Amino acid sequence: MASKLTTSNRAGWGFALPGFGLIAVFIVLPFFFAFYFSLTNQRLISPNPTEYVGLDNYRSLLGLAVITLEPERDDAGQILRDADGAIEYPRVRTITRSDDFPQYRGMREWFRWHSGDTARVVIASDVVFMKALVNTFLFVLVVAPVQAGLALCLALLINQRLRGINIYRTIYFMPVVVSIVVVSLLWRFIYDGNDGLLNNLLSALSFGAFEGRDWLGDPSTALGSIMAMSIWQAVGFHMVIWLSGLQTISPTLYEAADIEGANRWQTFRYVTWPGLRNTAVLILIVITMQCFALFAQIDVMTNGGPLDSTQTLVFQAVERGYGRQDISGGSAISVILFLIVLSISLVQRWLTRGR
Amino acid sequence: MARKTLLLTTALGLGWAASAQAQTEIGMWYHGAGNEVESAIITRIVDDFNAGQSDWMVTLESFPQNSYNDSVVAGALAGNLPCILDVDGPVMPNWAWSGYMQPLAIDASLIEGYLPGTLGYWDGELYSVGLWDAAVALYARQSDLDAWGLRTPTLAEPWTQEEFMAALDAARADGRYEYALDLGMAWTGEWYPYAFSPFLQSFGGDIIDRETYTSADGVLNGDAALAFGEWWQMLFAEGYAPGTSQDPADRDSGFNEGKYAFAWNGNWAAVPTLGAVEDVVFLPAPDFGNGPTIGAGSWQFGVSATCETPEGANAFIAHALQDEYLAAFSDGIGLIPSTPGAAAMTENYAEGGPLEVFFGLSAEQALVRPVTPGYVVAAQVFEAALANIANGADVADELDAAVDAIEADIERNQGYGHDG
Repeated sequence: MASKLTTSNRAGWGFALPGFGLIAVFIVLPFFFAFYFSLTNQRLISPNPTEYVGLDNYRSLLGLAVITLEPERDDAGQILRDADGAIEYPRVRTITRSDDFPQYRGMREWFRWHSGDTARVVIASDVVFMKALVNTFLFVLVVAPVQAGLALCLALLINQRLRGINIYRTIYFMPVVVSIVVVSLLWRFIYDGNDGLLNNLLSALSFGAFEGRDWLGDPSTALGSIMAMSIWQAVGFHMVIWLSGLQTISPTLYEAADIEGANRWQTFRYVTWPGLRNTAVLILIVITMQCFALFAQIDVMTNGGPLDSTQTLVFQAVERGYGRQDISGGSAISVILFLIVLSISLVQRWLTRGR
Repeated sequence: MARKTLLLTTALGLGWAASAQAQTEIGMWYHGAGNEVESAIITRIVDDFNAGQSDWMVTLESFPQNSYNDSVVAGALAGNLPCILDVDGPVMPNWAWSGYMQPLAIDASLIEGYLPGTLGYWDGELYSVGLWDAAVALYARQSDLDAWGLRTPTLAEPWTQEEFMAALDAARADGRYEYALDLGMAWTGEWYPYAFSPFLQSFGGDIIDRETYTSADGVLNGDAALAFGEWWQMLFAEGYAPGTSQDPADRDSGFNEGKYAFAWNGNWAAVPTLGAVEDVVFLPAPDFGNGPTIGAGSWQFGVSATCETPEGANAFIAHALQDEYLAAFSDGIGLIPSTPGAAAMTENYAEGGPLEVFFGLSAEQALVRPVTPGYVVAAQVFEAALANIANGADVADELDAAVDAIEADIERNQGYGHDG
């Protein structure tokens, strides 16, 4: 192996050099910088010298704890209730800002649940980061299978010898070619709460029964809206990859299946799907990585809002590094993201390994 | 054809070299790319300066406003900032503290009579000076005020919170408008702290404690701030104002088209409104108890620290500080000229001019945003908090979280040079 790469292969290395060089300078080097910066207190601009801070940045991102709140009681020991009858608890801040609990300093409530009269509160050092983490995973879990499945359906549909089929291929592929920023801007108009296209359409289809929704302004629909738009935007790209996979399957297999009397589902199940195995692995990994990198849609459409319901890891990394001039915090998020994507890729490789 | 082009290029190159020999070149960055009128005025100032003396030659480069600050930071990190910088007032302390700027060396008589918001001081020294200021007012229609029987507020006697809310109620009851008040929630970014922190200050709170500049506790989450937060949330919960998902197009033209009864907007938007809404009046900010305030400080000129020819840069800035240019900017893009002298020369801000009221607003109500390098981050924290509160987050929690975030940032920066 080594001899093949080194012996009489100067021309090969020479050809590879520009590519390797650019990758080294713009990807490998910044990658190591991110590791290094995440262990310091590097600022974007500052006259203060950069100091090594160990894992502080990671601690301030990942810190989690559960605290138990006892209900407020009056002098007689009765539980205090507010006007609605809900039990009153002391404010979390009385603990997180108290000198008695230095380990909880600076932490904030993420969510809480009740067991009996006591409330258990999960507090996090960085609630926004935690929300970004959850949102990103949610996005991947929904978009990866739906987008891959939809792309496969489209690929099967256009993998036919029909007159003008190329027109359909072009139409489905078009959103991929348009810049994601432009697409995001257009969808912002589509989702507009007052007289957006989607609201008008739904209202017309339901004969006016549908009341307009503020799709991007409502925490319960914002992330879903961005998912739908993202699936639509990139589905054409994966359709083409599926299509290339479909066209590598030998027609003789289909003929044989035909002679055996296989129906369409059996043909798909026993001929098409096994033939697409490698394509499926590739698509799954590519979509997963693209989903983790979700940024442009958020930046253009919601800026992470409303109520942090559309925060994502990459958006947070950029927001911190440049917006809040905290390069070290942004770098730490990038490193965490890298580790997540790496481990998921490894797991996917292992799950889909050839047996 | 090709030869002709070559000759032409050589000639141009020689011509450039010849003039560069005589005059030392000074680079200048400006934020106004894309605005033709603005470009024309700044180019005129540069050309006048270059033609008027033989030592310096200013070369202008314009950037779009949205990416201007990033460009400067990137330029600073890469070590190639130009001599003359254009800097947004509240950002200046951050750049000065970071060592990207040097104090101005211009004669004090040149800035006599300038509106306080147009002078950028940091650490006791003048770092930047602006040819204009900006002010925010409550846009309204005189016919509405008359129809609803509302008192016209004045600088001396602005609306109280009750009167302001009564006005919004009247607008809502009228039914002709989609919303009573347009706050401009679609304008994310610096608009939030610029336009809305004065409300907080009028309630008695602030973004940072201006005594020490090292803490926000009790100021941004004290009783006054909580009252502000509750009021702020109510504006959206009760449907007085469109929230964070407002369509930017509605922000730009909604008031003019009659969608909103009142609009909280800057003087830069006033010229188109004057044409669209005949009986528009610009009302001063309401007083929520601690005196009425609006934000001050707009784009200003400064000199970069790495500039090798600060004399030339200062000479240019001194040259630009002429009433004639102040008036030109004002007439061109509707900004408030920095001096009364220049104001008198303008169409809009002269006595009896349609926007004269803004000059009074700037002089009477304006309060600069917290003068600290930490403002840049604090402003973003504040913006996020206001957006979240508008979207229904718990007011006390949100303000507490903002305080923690601001204080954590100050700590990470060793107090930003303020002695804690």
